[in-house]
Amino acid sequence: MFAFALPMASEEGGFVPPSVSDTHLPDLFPWMAEYGTGFGKQMLMIVLSIVLISWFFTVAIKNPKLVPGKMQYIAESGYAFVRNGIGRDIIGEKNFRPWIPLLFATFFFVLLNNLFGAIPFLQLPSFSHAGSAYAMAIIIYGTWIAVGLKNHGIRYFKLAVVPSGVPGWIMPLMIPLEIISNFIVRPLTHSLRLMATMLAGHMIVMLAAAGARHLIVVQDSLAMNGLGILVIVGSVAMYFLELLIMVLQAFVFALLTAIYLQGAIEADAH
Amino acid sequence: MNSTDFILAASESVNPLLPNPWEILVTGVGFAVLLFIVIKVIAPKFEQSYEDRVTAIEGGLEKAEAAQKEAEETLAQYKAQLLEARTEANRIREEARSEGAQILADLKTKATDEAARITEQSHRQIEAERVSALASLRTDVGALATELASKVVDEALQDDARAQRVVDKFLTDLEAQQNAGASN
Repeated sequence: MFAFALPMASEEGGFVPPSVSDTHLPDLFPWMAEYGTGFGKQMLMIVLSIVLISWFFTVAIKNPKLVPGKMQYIAESGYAFVRNGIGRDIIGEKNFRPWIPLLFATFFFVLLNNLFGAIPFLQLPSFSHAGSAYAMAIIIYGTWIAVGLKNHGIRYFKLAVVPSGVPGWIMPLMIPLEIISNFIVRPLTHSLRLMATMLAGHMIVMLAAAGARHLIVVQDSLAMNGLGILVIVGSVAMYFLELLIMVLQAFVFALLTAIYLQGAIEADAH
Repeated sequence: MNSTDFILAASESVNPLLPNPWEILVTGVGFAVLLFIVIKVIAPKFEQSYEDRVTAIEGGLEKAEAAQKEAEETLAQYKAQLLEARTEANRIREEARSEGAQILADLKTKATDEAARITEQSHRQIEAERVSALASLRTDVGALATELASKVVDEALQDDARAQRVVDKFLTDLEAQQNAGASN
């Protein structure tokens, strides 16, 4: 069911498309252990992203100037984008301040890890691995439920699942639906949306690379070789589409985080 | 078994939805560390920088407003002072003019008085001279009368016409003498 490799090439010297297995490189520690039992490249990149984000924003704002330099300007624009564009606009002027760090960390953590997929040699979006996406979704899930309970007590669950202004007879239908949608489907979609788009993008890159290599190196026909070049040209367009999706998904992930938090903070307002 | 079969078998062994628990751990802990750094270091710094800028801009505006206000106040003050100075100058000029008129009037009065005084004095002197002349004339008239009488007696009144002539001459002389005395 998860065989991304389609059995299309059983003929002579057939093309073997890359599969999901290829996105899971052998682990680094213990040295080249099989996937799933140790510390791998993906985790190294997670750590790298944390170091890079901390380094960049700490250095950029180390000596803040009234008239910012280039680095400070970029860092401040990024910060302001999350602070105002996501935090203030979604959560609202009154309550958004305590949530700026969480949204900021979420957005840039996801963004940088996504962009790793577009950087040569790294070439792997960290969130194409389900574990990382689950971890982030769980953190956010736990956070907004905790916020809801803190603001509204145990009544929060009633507020979250009983829609207001709905006739009573439809309640038996609505309440289970709300429970499923808010407490079960929400964290799943939150994580899987990110993971699936990143995995798909990564697969396309791999497929284009493997396909082009096959067409150029393995095939003898000149036409096929030319087609390989075409695939490379096409993959450049795909690369930019991927870049767009990487940024967009980071934005969507942070935006949804803000929306969930807003819903928990003002559960009684709707 | 060719390579395709191998890959297919490998694919089926990896479910992309099943996470590597290590990844969950690393991501979770890593994100916690990042969040900690953001909360403790990055976010406060950015907020501080933002606040500083707002303060600086608002402070600058306030300063400019204060300067503007001060300038306006100074201008108003200068205008008031100028007006005051003009009024003062006008007042002084007016005062000087009236003072001048006063002085002129005083001088005129004084001159008139002086003239009157001089006239008075002259009149008094003339009067005194006239009185003294009159007195001296009386004495002269007496002497003349005596002289005349002696002459009359001397001639012995030989001729009435001649006597008449002598009297007339005497009177004419007297008159001339008197006139000479008055002109003195």
